[in-house]
Amino acid sequence: MEKRVVFRQRLLPFLLVTPQLIITAIFFLWPASQALYQSFLIEDAFGLSSEFVWFENFENLFSDRLYLESFKTTAVFSISVTVLSLGMALVLAVMADRVIKGTNVYRTLLIWPYAVAPAIVGVLWLFLFNPSIGLVAFWLKQTGYNWNHVLNGGQAMTLVVFAAAWKQISYNFLFFLAGLQAIPKSLIEAAAIDGAGPSRRFWTIIFPLLSPTTFFLLVVNIVYAFFDTFGIIHAVTKGGPGKATETLVYKVFSDGFVSLDLGGSAAQSVVLMVIVISLTVVQFRYIERRVHY
Amino acid sequence: MLLRKTAFAAGVFAAALTGASAAYAQTEIQWWHAMGGRLGEILQGQVDQFNASQKDYKVVATNKGNYSETLNAGVAAFRAKQQPHLLQVYEVGTASMMAAKGAVKPVYEVMNEGGFPFDPKNYLSAVTSYYSTLDGRMLSFPYNSSTTVMYVNKDLFKKAGVDTEKLPRTWPEVGAALDKLKAAGVECPMTTSWQSWAHLENFSAYHNLPFATKANGMNGMDAELAFNGQYQIRHIDNMGKWSKEGKFIYGGRRNEAAARFRSGDCAIMVESSAGYAGVKNEAKFDFAITNLPYYDDVPDAPLNTMIGGASVWVMAGHSAQEYKAVATFLNFLSSPEMQADWHQKTGYLPITPASYELTKKQGFYEKNPGTDIAIIQMTGKAPTDNSKGLRLGSFDQIRTIIDEELEGVWAGQKTAKVALDNAVARGNELLRRFERANK
Repeated sequence: MEKRVVFRQRLLPFLLVTPQLIITAIFFLWPASQALYQSFLIEDAFGLSSEFVWFENFENLFSDRLYLESFKTTAVFSISVTVLSLGMALVLAVMADRVIKGTNVYRTLLIWPYAVAPAIVGVLWLFLFNPSIGLVAFWLKQTGYNWNHVLNGGQAMTLVVFAAAWKQISYNFLFFLAGLQAIPKSLIEAAAIDGAGPSRRFWTIIFPLLSPTTFFLLVVNIVYAFFDTFGIIHAVTKGGPGKATETLVYKVFSDGFVSLDLGGSAAQSVVLMVIVISLTVVQFRYIERRVHY
Repeated sequence: MLLRKTAFAAGVFAAALTGASAAYAQTEIQWWHAMGGRLGEILQGQVDQFNASQKDYKVVATNKGNYSETLNAGVAAFRAKQQPHLLQVYEVGTASMMAAKGAVKPVYEVMNEGGFPFDPKNYLSAVTSYYSTLDGRMLSFPYNSSTTVMYVNKDLFKKAGVDTEKLPRTWPEVGAALDKLKAAGVECPMTTSWQSWAHLENFSAYHNLPFATKANGMNGMDAELAFNGQYQIRHIDNMGKWSKEGKFIYGGRRNEAAARFRSGDCAIMVESSAGYAGVKNEAKFDFAITNLPYYDDVPDAPLNTMIGGASVWVMAGHSAQEYKAVATFLNFLSSPEMQADWHQKTGYLPITPASYELTKKQGFYEKNPGTDIAIIQMTGKAPTDNSKGLRLGSFDQIRTIIDEELEGVWAGQKTAKVALDNAVARGNELLRRFERANK
């Protein structure tokens, strides 16, 4: 299928993409090149003295065993957040699509969490699960389960995954719901008449037809888990206990903005940028082929 | 009618004139600080008092979040050439600020130029040595200094049959008390805040053990960490055992644990003396403050503990007129009355002997027993190279490393020796990096 539009004039297409190009240049290319330059420097916090060191910041990073472990932490975190938030959002969207009375109320409530800032999401969850003052932690203790995410790395990871996924569910929900409503009712009715049950209708018709939405959300969610979650981690665990919840982006944040090691932090953000670019390329090249438009 | 109009216009004109002239004559000073909650209110009270006391200068205090965030805001502002006049920096950031020679203007210079005699001898030596150059010139203005003490919930002690008259003074005595508390079913026998500060930094100073070489970094940037000695290992090992047995409950890296003590859950808490304001405000039980415990088999223990808290740095790049205003303000803050008031309200140390004497004279310590423990503990003995203070670069990151390694011990995943050896090795890498960046 030919998806391209052919322009007669040469100038018009360039003119049309110019605004987008300008935005990309200002908000991506320029800061990215700054980060790249910064990553070759060892500099004091105030910028009073700096030394150009080529790849030494990168060498330091990759000879650090703990930095390499943080890749594993990031993988666990990102995959869990993506799977959980996509899965929950899909379930909720399918449910909300069926609701007849009070649709708007349900939808509004489900979309609401998206409007909450990441750090506040973190604090909300922390209030519930704080081992000393948290309500849920208290209930868990009543049932005999020892909740202490301050020392238990697994519990800490679970908590930040929940908090990060919870926030993203709304966004995913919105897109899934729109995707569901775009599926022609006639297709589903035809399948029903042919005797397909609800679960068969879902897996053979709805799910494949939703695949462009799912694919888009997959990319967005992975980028979210990689980049946008440091506020939540900062509020809930600060990367601890030990390094149990220190993801790559949190390390960029804490080394750069808390410890003021700008060179090291810039080097990490360059690494992160490379990872996300390659992940996105992989997704578009290999997974997109299996998407039906 | 006409007369009234003219009179009215003249009045408006006069008002505009005086208003404008007043605004022009006033020099405004920006102060970025990290005091939130009750402490922030008390600080604002001081600023208001200063502004009301004279007409030439106006101080505007702004809270920039916690200590790290405030320092960060100051650094970012300096890079953008928008720095405030005064920046409150925690003790951990001292080495970074001292190394930033072009970014700060030493306080002794500001005071001399402003015409205010500034004699470091008016301050406690434990405080001045922390913030002065080796030849005794004060670089920053000590504002809020505290030290580590131990808080005890006497009600829980009584319930467990622990003596509340003779409180535990040594760690073995604390251990015995913890046994009784645990046996009596106390859910949280002991907790601590600021674990690195209390159990390694001040622990080392109090026992006259080096935390780092080169007099804890005071004598040079090439210092190396040294807190993995036998006594530190033994203490961390004891804490690890108590954690395993449910006698020591870990609360978090900063002062999260304090909430648990204030609510009456915990029987013992090791915390900053500045935690006093909060405990006094909220505790619905009988509490006592006592010295930081020590091991009596260590030859020089107890020596003295070191300060924590923050000092105020004057940032470079402002006009002489503005520095004059800064000097006037700092001079105002140093008066015994202001210092004594701050000390009594917050639990921070009275950092000038004059304010200590004033507080004594006012009978504050008799009415509030335990509030002088911190100052006695800090000044009881002459400090050695191991207990004067710390001056280590990237120290915030080093504390994070220590936190991570200690959490491994509390969770039972690491032995104390492995954790401390790791922390020393990882911390030394950062020190070398800092040394290089600040040549």
